Amino acid sequence: MKLHEYQAKTVFADAGIPTPDSQLASDVDGVVSAAEEIGYPVAVKAQVQVGGRGKAGGIKLVEDADEAREAADSILGMDLKGYHVDRVLVEEAVDFVNELYVGITMDRGEGKPVAMVSTKGGVNIEEVAEEDPDAIAREHIDPSFGMHPYQARKAVYDAGVDQSVARDVSSVLTTLYQLWDDKDGADAEINPLMVTADDEVIAADAVMNIDEDALFRQPELAEMEEEAAGGDELEQKADEYGFDYVRLDGNTGIIGNGAGLVMTTLDLVDHYGGEPANFLDVGGGAKAARIANALDMVFSDDNVDSVVFNIFGGITRGDEVARGINEALEQFDEIPKPVVVRLAGTNWEEGMEILNEDLVTVEQTLEDAVQRAVEYAGEVNDQ
Amino acid sequence: MSVLVDDDTRVVVQGITGGEGKFHAEQMMEYGTNVVAGAVPGKGGQEVSGVPVYDTVHEAVDEENADTSVIFVPPAFAGDAIFESLDSDLDLAVAITEGIPTQDMARVNKRLSETETRLIGPNCPGLITPGEAKLGILPGNIFAEGNVGLVSRSGTLTYQVVDSLTNRGIGQTTAIGIGGDPIIGTDFVDALELFEDDPDTDAIVMCGEIGGEDEEEAAAFIDDYVDTPVAGFIAGRTAPPGKRMGHAGAIVSGSGTGTAESKISALNDAGVPVGDTPEEVADHIEEFLA
Repeated sequence: MKLHEYQAKTVFADAGIPTPDSQLASDVDGVVSAAEEIGYPVAVKAQVQVGGRGKAGGIKLVEDADEAREAADSILGMDLKGYHVDRVLVEEAVDFVNELYVGITMDRGEGKPVAMVSTKGGVNIEEVAEEDPDAIAREHIDPSFGMHPYQARKAVYDAGVDQSVARDVSSVLTTLYQLWDDKDGADAEINPLMVTADDEVIAADAVMNIDEDALFRQPELAEMEEEAAGGDELEQKADEYGFDYVRLDGNTGIIGNGAGLVMTTLDLVDHYGGEPANFLDVGGGAKAARIANALDMVFSDDNVDSVVFNIFGGITRGDEVARGINEALEQFDEIPKPVVVRLAGTNWEEGMEILNEDLVTVEQTLEDAVQRAVEYAGEVNDQ
Repeated sequence: MSVLVDDDTRVVVQGITGGEGKFHAEQMMEYGTNVVAGAVPGKGGQEVSGVPVYDTVHEAVDEENADTSVIFVPPAFAGDAIFESLDSDLDLAVAITEGIPTQDMARVNKRLSETETRLIGPNCPGLITPGEAKLGILPGNIFAEGNVGLVSRSGTLTYQVVDSLTNRGIGQTTAIGIGGDPIIGTDFVDALELFEDDPDTDAIVMCGEIGGEDEEEAAAFIDDYVDTPVAGFIAGRTAPPGKRMGHAGAIVSGSGTGTAESKISALNDAGVPVGDTPEEVADHIEEFLA
């Protein structure tokens, strides 16, 4: 789960990390009055969770009320890389002399958290990591102990941060690790951490991603989740149904059980010349109603021209799957999109007896099922 | 022969009184696994399907000589359950639970380096030595005794590949599902080492997926140390960057690490053929054994 910038800034500020004066606004008048209160110049920043907001026209620096009105007018309501902007953060513009980067993430290869500091802030840090890896100082942390104070200092000095601000930057890094640890962070990042002419440090942006699996013990953050949600309508619907779902660009819909097998089904669609429309994992042990919901999801994607339904049952039972497919399809006078079914594993024979074969095409192997679905999707395209 | 489990393995099931725990404990016993105890706090003294339940894993070890645990504890408590098994001097702990917070697993990972107990999982289907014992949720009927070792990050993909092998009359020594999380206990390298040292394993299947660098490390290990022929499969060739494909660990990062291309080329460079389809993996294994 990704927090919005304004949410992450609130979390950081509450923990004592210096952030610029700011207010959230959702209409033009709100932007102007916030700007007047904070004092010009201010930045007007779209609150959507995509990178490169500035380049896409989602961040504007304004000097007076007319400019504020104009910026608010153009940003509010805009479509930014597929995300609708309905809120902006109006923020004091910071006069800086340097831009740093500080971040905490999980190094999965090491199985340990890692603190990172760089003097090359203000740009995409992943690009820095690729082009100039030595420009990022890294310090691995023992998760059962926490970050030793010397480790924060070491990372800051290793990165080459100026001595005049090293103490304050170390303090920000220490606080950031504590937040990451307390709040089950996946990533916590400040980029840029601005340094002013007076040697003050201030978090001009804030990234906080939370481990979804830990939200049960982070009730305050879980409450922010709804507000943080957004993006594709179908992906939101999948959230409601509790499916692992990713929307893609193709026209062959895919439903299966187990992440690895569903990914493999996508790959096979591609291998046989089709284009996958989605990833949808119904999970383990799905009952009939859940299966019907999965079909409903994929049918409601206008891009989908055919569906391949591949189940290899371990704890998922073929008879439940067959009941779910019947249930979903029998409500239609005419099946909206052709469905190809392949059942294997637990109770697949029972499933085949139950499955209404007038409504679907049955194939015995994964390869055949995928090829058939790709063929159907191609026929629709040719018409 | 086999690796890690056989018919002498003495299993304690943590969470045996829960719905999943009870069902799969019964399935394991039906397959022939020696389930000697359950461990559930507050349920000591009860019996589940004839198996005595203890309040702690320590008691199960003391009273029933359990040497292996299988964990079906809900995610909020599973990290603690793994710690309990690691502190009980078991040989092996198998964590089936999906959705354990990553920071809990980072602390478990640190403890693992200080103990002799091996961890499989979490978020895995478990492991099986066909004809002897199964630990976890794998459907026993698709496996057959034989000479192929299999290691995989994904459960149902394992079933798909095993089915292709068994249908051709190719059985397995042991199949290990290592799990789809970012931080796991036994990894590809550990499993490959076990199979390489097993005299009865004549070929190995390795099923990886996008995310992380475990497959690349495995490729380097194969190049240096593994003489047994290995065939590979990598799921997620069509996955877009930045999107988590079901498994918490299955994600191509924005900077391009963890891609299928990188894994496939590393494996190919180590002399490991990678199938485009699960059937092609079985083709390679058939050639190795011919």
